[in-house]
Order: sequence, then C-alpha cells, then structure tokens
Amino acid sequence: MEMTARRTEEKFQFNPHQYRGDFPILGEKVHGKQLIYLDNAATTQKPIQVIDAISDYYRHYNANVHRAIHKLGETATEAFENSRKTIARFISAPSEKQVIFTRGTTEAINLVASGWGRKFIGAGDEIILSEMEHHSNLIPWQLLAKEVGAKLKFIPFKEDGTIDFPVYETLLSSHTKLVTITHMSNVFGTINPVIRIVQMAHDRGIPVLFDAAQSVPHLPVNVEHLNCDFFAFSGHKMLGPTGIGILYAKSQILENMNPYQGGGEMISSVWFEEATWNEIPHKFEAGTPNIAGAIGMAKAVEYLENVGMVNLTLYEQELTTHGLEKMAEIPGMKIYGAAPERGGIISFNLGDIHPHDLSHFLDQQGIAVRAGHHCAQPVMRKLNIAATTRVSFYFYNTKEEIDSFVDQLKKAKEFFAY
Amino acid sequence: MEDLRDLYQEVILDHNKNPRNFHKMDRATKVLDSQNPLCGDHYTLFLLLEDDVIKDISFEGSGCAISKASASLMSSILKGKSRKEAEELFQLFHQVVTGEIDPVEHLEELGKLAAFAGVSEFPARVKCAILAWHTMHEALNEETDSFSTE
Ligand SMILES: Cc1ncc(COP(=O)(O)O)c(C=O)c1O
Repeated sequence: MEMTARRTEEKFQFNPHQYRGDFPILGEKVHGKQLIYLDNAATTQKPIQVIDAISDYYRHYNANVHRAIHKLGETATEAFENSRKTIARFISAPSEKQVIFTRGTTEAINLVASGWGRKFIGAGDEIILSEMEHHSNLIPWQLLAKEVGAKLKFIPFKEDGTIDFPVYETLLSSHTKLVTITHMSNVFGTINPVIRIVQMAHDRGIPVLFDAAQSVPHLPVNVEHLNCDFFAFSGHKMLGPTGIGILYAKSQILENMNPYQGGGEMISSVWFEEATWNEIPHKFEAGTPNIAGAIGMAKAVEYLENVGMVNLTLYEQELTTHGLEKMAEIPGMKIYGAAPERGGIISFNLGDIHPHDLSHFLDQQGIAVRAGHHCAQPVMRKLNIAATTRVSFYFYNTKEEIDSFVDQLKKAKEFFAY
Repeated sequence: MEDLRDLYQEVILDHNKNPRNFHKMDRATKVLDSQNPLCGDHYTLFLLLEDDVIKDISFEGSGCAISKASASLMSSILKGKSRKEAEELFQLFHQVVTGEIDPVEHLEELGKLAAFAGVSEFPARVKCAILAWHTMHEALNEETDSFSTE
C-alpha cells in the first residue's frame, strides 16, 4: 500500500493550498484553535466563488423564473437553466432535460418512490437494497412497500464493509422491480461495484437507482457509462449550498412517471377538474424553485471542474491512505470497513471511549468530526455498536491536518484512560 | 485543555471508569428504561422504593462518559433519600446543568454533583447529563415507567 502511495506521489502533484484560500471558513478559529474540518461527508465548506454567485443573484438579478417578461426574469431564467446544463455536463447526462432540481438526495429518492414507485411497484413486488443504506435510501422504500404491499430485500455487507455480491445475484428474481443502492457508503467509504450491479439487473430488465450523495463530490462520474436508470445527489456535499440537489433519470422513465408534487410550473393546461403536465424536467418541479441554490450548485460544479475530478480523486486517495496508516498505528484503534475500492470516509472507535466524548474532545482542539450512527442505524446494529466516530476528507484537507487529528486521538486516549 | 477539564472533572472521569452501583437488582420495585436513541446511550435503572424512600438503586448499560458518570453519581446520592428529597435534587441538578442557577451558591446541597456544572457550557451534552435523572424524575412522578429523550 505504501509503495503505491509513494509512486503516485512521484508522478502526481496536488497542492491543496492552491485552493484553501478560496474557502473563507478554513481560516476560522474554533475554541481559539485553528479549525480543522474533517466532517465533509456531512457537508462540505463553500468557496468564495459559490458564495459570491449566490450573493450576485440576489443583488443583481433576483426574479422568479419562467414567468416574467422583464429583463431580470429573463436573466434569472437563463442563469437557472444554464445551471441545469452545467450540472448535466458534469455527470455526462445526455440531455439537461434529464436533470431535475430537488431539495437534495433525500427528496430525489422520495420523488422516485412517489412518481415511479407508486405507479410501477405493486403487491408482491420486491425492491432490492443493501444493508449499508443511508436512512434516505431506506425509509422512502419502507413507506412505499407498506403502502403498496411490496417487499424489501437486502444485500448483506461483509466484515470488510463490501456488499456480498453472490447474495445479490440470488436476490434478483422475476418479482424484483427495482435495485436501489448507495454508490459510496457514508459509513465505510466503500465504493460499490456499480457497473456490475447494473449489468446484472439490466440482464433481467430491472432498473437501478444509485444514491450518489457521497460519490459525485469525490469521483469522476459519467451516468451514461454507469448506465443507471436513476441517480440522486446533493449540492451541499460538493461545495454548493444546502437545499438543492439533483435527480437524473433516463428520459423514457421520466416521461412515464407520474408527477411528484402539484402546483405552478409543472403543468401545461389546467381546468377546474383536471390538468395536463408540463414537459420534463418541469413536470417534476412544482412551485418556485431554489433559484439561488441552483446557481450556487452550478458554480460549485465549475469549481470542481477547474480542480479536475481525476486529480481530486487521486489526492483524496493519498489522504485516505495516509489517514488509515496513521490511525491504525494507535493501539486500541478499530476501523470499520476495509474495502479495496474506497473513498475518504473513515469510521472508527478508539478503545472504549464513547464517540461523543471523543468528538467533544477533538472539538475543543478545533477539530470537527462526526459522531453517531450517521443516519444508518441498521448498520450500527449489525456491527453491534451504538455509534462510531467518523472523519471524512475533501481536497482542501492536508496531511498535516490529518497528523494533528491523529496526535489529538493519542491525547484523548491518555485523557480518558484516567 | 482547560475547558475540557471543566467538563470532564476528575469525579466524572472516575465515575465513568468505575461506575458505582453498576449491577442488576433482583428485588427492585421499579425497572426503568433510560435511553437516548440519538446517541445510542442506553441504561436500565433499578429502584427499590419502600414507603416513599429510595432504599436501594442501581443501574446497568452503556453510553458516553457524561451520561454514565451522571447515572453513577445519581445512584450514590439518591440512596436513602425520600421521594421529595430526590425530586428537589433533580430540580436543582436540572437548573445547574442548564445554566439557570449559579452552582457556587448551592455547593452544599450539590455536593459532588457540582462536578457537572461545566455541562451548561455545552448545550449538546445537557441531555447526556440529565438522562438518568430524567428517567428517575418521571418514575417518581409515576407518569410513565419509561422515558426516552428524543
Ligand atoms: C449516502 C447518503 N445518502 C443520502 C444522504 C442524504 O443527503 P441529503 O441530506 O442531502 O438529502 C447522505 C447525506 O447525509 C448520504 O451520505
């Protein structure tokens, strides 16, 4: 492992300091200490370019979209629709019409469960998920299954935090109507074998949804290449603002789906008793959208394109390898998950220190980490633990920050050893 | 490290490492479930109530240092106390950890509980400190036999 890391280092240079200056918050002090932000899987920090893009919209061309025949309305509409194009380009969507603005990953998945699931999933049908899903890719399906009388089937995860692929094969049947699984686990960092998952499902004519909340921010993604049917992610985990996210889906599927919410914008003609639907994507975007959010998210995408997603991924791999090595040196360290294909998310427990005590200790040193069940209570239950502490990296983090974090872990151990 | 010392007083670190009355009680008259699903903290409290007096009290379970030490100290302090005295201590403790009163003015009544004064500086941890106490309070008021903070 060390060898590969060294070799990458030689041929590949990435300087996070080139970007850190763009993030005003990284200069903040917390409890009098320099902030070290290692909670990027929860949400990432925002560069000044994104903050300015949002502020510019409100300062200079705030207006509602798609409705006004005045200059500001036109400018806002153009910026909003250009944002859709930028995001479509980022994930290599064949058309921006397949890119639907939502509140985030959670709403995107609920949209599919409601608009597609209610129409195409019925009594006795089965939905395949994995055991490592975030609650947002679990509860919508529980609700749907209860409503229509469908069943949920779970691909187990193994000791190393990877899915049990052979079991997946056995779960697929003529009853299966959907496979819905996380692209990258927010607990283990595991990158799931998405191409093989899709191939096996498509061989049987079954559509696939990927919860891409953790993957899109950290990996180069091409939805045509993945060939998935639905794809959901959030702006705030990739430098963008909160309250904005994306559902991508195949055109034919979107055309056949029912609307999600009713209201303005999503209609074509309305009578007192009935209405016809607008074209995709507008059919799924009822009401005034989060215009500033879309503009901010597109700016975030441009920022990431400028960094280069391949560079970013390689650098984050270096950080992760470094973190894993340093952390593993501490006696009493238990790291959950050891997938060969993984992103920069490390869940762990240190001796018998409770994650809340540990994260509290680290917070006092200015180090922000996450402690808890990470919206994956069934995962914790299967691991037979109440919680973990989790660190998650982004390209603006440095090896020095990780070293400081590891030093503080050692200090915490002494402190709580009382 | 000063601030942290303020929260994690030696008394707290000690009661976390070596919790008192940390066992099951077969003759308990009340067995109470005390949990915070959000953190995964989960304790069972055992109470032996006789004529409005807490004859014996113990607990089991796991959670963070603050919640465990609090349950442990509570069990030491409430043993032998009347229902009324226990309720008064709960009110006092509650006001101290939420920062409503200055613990310095109540050092005598608080005794070792004063170690939790630092909690008021950390709103996220108030729930941890109050968890077992809350369960006790609810039980003594006989509103329910189980309480969980949401
Ligand atoms: C894997 C995964 N899926 C879904 C979500 C939900 O995202 P959001 O809260 O932005 O809707 C998250 C983040 O919390 C996540 O990590």
